[in-house]
Amino acid sequence: MTAPLIQIDRLSKRFQSGGGIFAKPRAMMAVRDVSLSIGKGEVLGVVGESGCGKSTLARLVLRLIEPTAGRVSFDGTDITALSPAALRKMRRRMAMVFQDPYSSLDPRHTLTEVLAEPFAAQGEPLSPDRLPEMLAAVGLPAAMAASHPHQLSGGQRQRVGIARALALHPDFVVLDEPTASLDVSIQAQIIALLADLRDRLGLTYLFISHDLGLVRYFCDRIVVMYLGTVVEVLPDTTAAPRHPYTRALMQSNFAPDPARRRAIEPLTGEIPSPFALPPGCAFASRCPRASDRCRRETPALGGDPAHPVACFHPL
Amino acid sequence: MTALLDLQSVSVSIGKVALLDGISLSVARGQILGLVGESGSGKSLTAMAAMGLLPLIGGRVTQGAVRFDGQDMAAMTEAERRKLRGGRIGFVTQNPMTALDPVQRIGEQVDVVSRLHLGLDRKAARARTLDLLTQLRIPEAAAVAEAWPHQLSGGMKQRIVIAMALAGEPDLIIADEPTTALDVTVQAQIIQILGNLVREKGVALMLITHDMGVVAQICDRVAVLYGGRLAEEGAVAPIFAAPAHPYTSALIGCIPQEGMAKGALRGIPGAVPSALAFPTGCRFHPRCDRASELCRSTVPPTDPRGDGRVACHHPGALA
Amino acid sequence: MIAPLRALTRPQGGIAGLWLILVIVAAVFAPLLTPYAYDIQNLPNAYQPASGAHWLGTDEFGRDLLTRLIYGARTSLSVSATAISISVLCGMVLGAAAAWFGGWLDRIVTMTVDLTWSFPEILIALILVAIIGPGTTGVMIAIAVAYLAQFTRLTRAQIMTLKGETFIEAARSLGAGNAHILFRHLLPNALAPVLVSAMLATGDAIILEATLGFFGLGAQPPVPSWGGMMSAGSALIFKAPWVIVFPGLAVAITVVAINLYGDALIAELDIRARLRRDA
Repeated sequence: MTAPLIQIDRLSKRFQSGGGIFAKPRAMMAVRDVSLSIGKGEVLGVVGESGCGKSTLARLVLRLIEPTAGRVSFDGTDITALSPAALRKMRRRMAMVFQDPYSSLDPRHTLTEVLAEPFAAQGEPLSPDRLPEMLAAVGLPAAMAASHPHQLSGGQRQRVGIARALALHPDFVVLDEPTASLDVSIQAQIIALLADLRDRLGLTYLFISHDLGLVRYFCDRIVVMYLGTVVEVLPDTTAAPRHPYTRALMQSNFAPDPARRRAIEPLTGEIPSPFALPPGCAFASRCPRASDRCRRETPALGGDPAHPVACFHPL
Repeated sequence: MTALLDLQSVSVSIGKVALLDGISLSVARGQILGLVGESGSGKSLTAMAAMGLLPLIGGRVTQGAVRFDGQDMAAMTEAERRKLRGGRIGFVTQNPMTALDPVQRIGEQVDVVSRLHLGLDRKAARARTLDLLTQLRIPEAAAVAEAWPHQLSGGMKQRIVIAMALAGEPDLIIADEPTTALDVTVQAQIIQILGNLVREKGVALMLITHDMGVVAQICDRVAVLYGGRLAEEGAVAPIFAAPAHPYTSALIGCIPQEGMAKGALRGIPGAVPSALAFPTGCRFHPRCDRASELCRSTVPPTDPRGDGRVACHHPGALA
Repeated sequence: MIAPLRALTRPQGGIAGLWLILVIVAAVFAPLLTPYAYDIQNLPNAYQPASGAHWLGTDEFGRDLLTRLIYGARTSLSVSATAISISVLCGMVLGAAAAWFGGWLDRIVTMTVDLTWSFPEILIALILVAIIGPGTTGVMIAIAVAYLAQFTRLTRAQIMTLKGETFIEAARSLGAGNAHILFRHLLPNALAPVLVSAMLATGDAIILEATLGFFGLGAQPPVPSWGGMMSAGSALIFKAPWVIVFPGLAVAITVVAINLYGDALIAELDIRARLRRDA
């Protein structure tokens, strides 16, 4: 692996909610002590279910929200220590594609205005031939430039979102479930487009998803998160799972092949509330392998540095 | 096997817009039929037609018949149809978050179904509710029955919605994307529960989904819809082994699989056509790599293939 | 902005819009439309009912009622519209600042707004006129302040909702600054509901202006205002009922027209839900 482009060091984010005259504020750790690195040109996948902190992590990496603790370095610069003005300048090198292609585009703007925004935000001139070029790069006809978002399908909107993210030729793009609200047929189109763009432009991706099957297809390395912590890092897409949660995720993903039907070993129990995490391993309440130790102590991410896992009883 | 629900070349319009065109399909007791297609292919509308709910959205059956247990739904009075829905036909919606009344306790919402459709008294209805919740592997059923909807997780709520669908002792369950709004591990649980129900109780299940993986996992038969028409229908194993319709194979190809080469996942080019501007001939031809002049001009007839049917001018060979 | 024109194509919006255009044109071109002066008394001519020479009759000083009604529209409309414009402008600045900066500013603004919100507008206006003194300027300021809370609150709610939209986060992720986000995204998106509610408030403001005029606190004689004319007419209600009836009708029809046109505009802009949620 080449030198890492992104270095995440013990990143945590604590959210407080509620609190008023009658209610005590409740706090939760959306992201707890996460350390990761992303190599230049790598596609790192982060997978987990709702509430696992993957979207919070995505925003922390770009410092769209302030971390409670920890640091993020981008190409050697600690972006968590940058002044607001310096951070704004830095944003031209990193971009984000959002999950919801409906609310991520201003309904009053035409596509021309949407795609001009990165240039306006960075105070850069936009040459007139750039616009059709940007639309063509994501497979949209130049004639669409005058349209408003509501005239586009979900897939087309997401292409606009990608074009906007790539407008200033960033090095690094965070993809926050870019296909979660699209049909499977359109999802596959968008994934193919993202793969093409990565090859052509040498991009580095952080790909957030709840779909392990998709992540295994698209990513080089996979981070599995559960309730704010990293429980396993799969070194490649074919690695066998070592954490029971990763295995459950894999088993929940049905292959489109009736010959490979399998008896599901469904997870029992409920996901604990992030506001009231039990002591020990957060997954213990649903884990078929949980022991007394799991309910007392919290396992740290460790073992084989190439394939670390946070479990006392790995597979 | 005799069909419990039988749609015979059903066409549906809303106003002047024709949305479904000659859909024929059937589900028997103890069988799971998967109804698949992209958004806008007519899946949910087919389910609405099967339940006689089209008037709710201003739609009507313009041609063909929907038969439930041999009876023509169109010949029934609205009161009779209402008796069927929630009684012999149970319905599981896509979004469990909005399917439950937020100001009623869980138990009361399930109780009311068996009181209404089975004529049980309060005590018997509650006993039945607790029994159902236990069957759905809900821990501490009695406590859950006393809970409010907002106290439950999404997966738990969806199990309550399934319990409501089961409470009237249905012969047929129609489930419209029952797992789309849920997390993947919970999704697997719900799919497992639905599959077990069919095997244990011998009910018929029409499962609407866009996920070919789910179809392969639990369905017996599959009906593929495109642009308001049936593209292909038949038993799951032969169809997945050798899909005849290019749309079926394209849908299967949209699911990332283990060992799939990078770049193999290309999706289906273009988008689902709007009902206001369906293409001529085969409605899939603008997105189809097998399309010929014939496909552009002529609607393909629905031909038998194996034990199923396919509507394509250039179907793939049987395996 | 084609929505205001499209609203005219709806049956109710069209009729209401035509009336409003008629009143506005009459007010603007008043001196060209009538041969009479609004302030010259002609006592022998007093208490004339409607006739070919005086379409709506004359008042107790023999002045042409239609002429005074048209000049009255000038006063009533300009005072109401100016007051609401001031109110909208200040309300948007206050509401946007409160929503955007949050913290103590937001708390102070919200508290003040809630406090004034709990008094009827007429009471606030009366107190203010009592302090400033009667006359058009006083009435204008009084109406502007009376409606300030409404626009501050609406703008704040709009901006708060918009702040959570993904496209705002997207703009931030591109390195956009506060001014860019405020002027390119937040204010343009908040504008339509605020303007429509301003239009509807203008209707209320006309009534408020007439009420203050009726109490003799508005435009001072001989300058006519609809409220002032009704006040004078109230003494003559049995002797010359037209003196009070026609200004009353002018107020009623204009306010109804503003509301009908506003409804058509809301339907065209498709913002009913946003107005209901935020106001």
